[in-house]
Amino acid sequence: MNTAIITVILTLCKLALIFGVVLSMAAYLVLAERKLLGRMQLRYGPNRIGPGGMIQPLCDVIKLITKEDFIPERADKWLFLFAPGLTALTALLSFAVVPFAPPVTLFGQELPMVVCDLNIGLLYLLGLSSLGVYGVVLGGWASNSKYSLLGAMRSLGQLLSYELAMGLALIPVVLSAKSFSITEIVMSQATLPNLVKHPLAFLIFMISVAAESKRTPFDMPEAENEIVGGFHTEYSGMRFGLFFVGEYINLIVIGAMVTVLFLGGWHGPLLPPVAWFLIKVLFVAFVFIWARGSMPRPRYDQLMRFGWTVMIPIGVINILLTAAVLLAINS
Amino acid sequence: MTLWRDIKGTLQPFWITLGYLFQKPVTIQYPEVKRTPPPRYRARIVLTRDPDGGERCVACHLCSGACPVDCISMQAAEDADGRRYAAWFRINFSRCIFCGLCAEACPTLAIQMTPDYEICNRDILNLVYEKEDLLIDGCGKDTQYNFYEHAGIGVANERGRNQDEYGPVDPKSLLP
Repeated sequence: MNTAIITVILTLCKLALIFGVVLSMAAYLVLAERKLLGRMQLRYGPNRIGPGGMIQPLCDVIKLITKEDFIPERADKWLFLFAPGLTALTALLSFAVVPFAPPVTLFGQELPMVVCDLNIGLLYLLGLSSLGVYGVVLGGWASNSKYSLLGAMRSLGQLLSYELAMGLALIPVVLSAKSFSITEIVMSQATLPNLVKHPLAFLIFMISVAAESKRTPFDMPEAENEIVGGFHTEYSGMRFGLFFVGEYINLIVIGAMVTVLFLGGWHGPLLPPVAWFLIKVLFVAFVFIWARGSMPRPRYDQLMRFGWTVMIPIGVINILLTAAVLLAINS
Repeated sequence: MTLWRDIKGTLQPFWITLGYLFQKPVTIQYPEVKRTPPPRYRARIVLTRDPDGGERCVACHLCSGACPVDCISMQAAEDADGRRYAAWFRINFSRCIFCGLCAEACPTLAIQMTPDYEICNRDILNLVYEKEDLLIDGCGKDTQYNFYEHAGIGVANERGRNQDEYGPVDPKSLLP
């Protein structure tokens, strides 16, 4: 009884911690992205509100909340209201299986530093990241606007082209860790991160998650200069804000995914495990921001062709090679 | 070879943006740092005086005719010596597009553009400049020019009283 209560309280604490950290990180990633992109284009980015623009996220939130929450006349009202929440929700839920530190012993219990250590955590992550696209597609469909529909269609096309390659890139990781549990996968990287063991899989995975995050260079669903705002054309105020925040939470989720699956999770010398985890996540986020500042946008048929004719064959070959090498080592 | 070109083309922009990341931005931080616009910059419009201190404007309406947004209005008046001037002169800066056509049209160099660009205001009515707001104590860009030295004011007699001259027409009663 007593241990059950402690478990519940600790789980709630972990939930609150993750919510707080992820949401504030998402808010400040927006600022970091604007400032970094600005510096890459030889300008400063927001630096007016607070020291160095540090209060900018708060002002953005106030602006978004006080704006009119407009619903188009012929929109499918309930789906329209529901879609942005779905995007933000799926992104937040993904964090449940991401371990951010090794288990610690607290109050005589071994406490895993993850909300829920599923034994199929990897599938859970993949499933939620695919569900995230529903927010986009439903929002685009419900808006009843041609640009939104085009954006939604593009995001589905994109899903079809990157999702398979992403799954294929993760199989070598599972093969070498012999488990679908994210904690096990991190444990298996104690000596050598998967980045070194499976460089090809890492490359495919990075390209796939870049496509999954719907950010430049793969922001075809919202390509501003072709289809206005894509799936969020008709959204305004805080509903647009939810899409926006969802995108940045997604960025953190992707950073966490790359970190736990390829960069060795919390493993690292000197610094405490949580610090290593955060550093790695932020570094991956920086790489994506950097890519946004550097890359042009391909057409979405180009992405589809690349996904189906390059990434998937390479992914399959990579799996066969990894399996052969592992078989040779084990026998 | 195409593959090599593609890989190079993908990686090069990353290197370039990383280089820019550590350079000093070119932005001028406006309220703290103000750049001096060039002397012929077109911003706030002024009415200048000639070297003797008299108003240059002869209220010929050419500026308001040239104005593409019709932001200049005035009423002409005449001194006892026949020298014309503007009874009132008004520029609505909330409409003005600072194209400078009025300054080009002005035959007496009265209306001129200045580089003072900081005239924005919270109340739109404060942007309607009257003659006393526009008139400055100076010659502006040309310190020598005096229109009446070229054109002259003096006429021998009152209007319509000279030889070979009809009396002025009264437009209000120009009935057939």
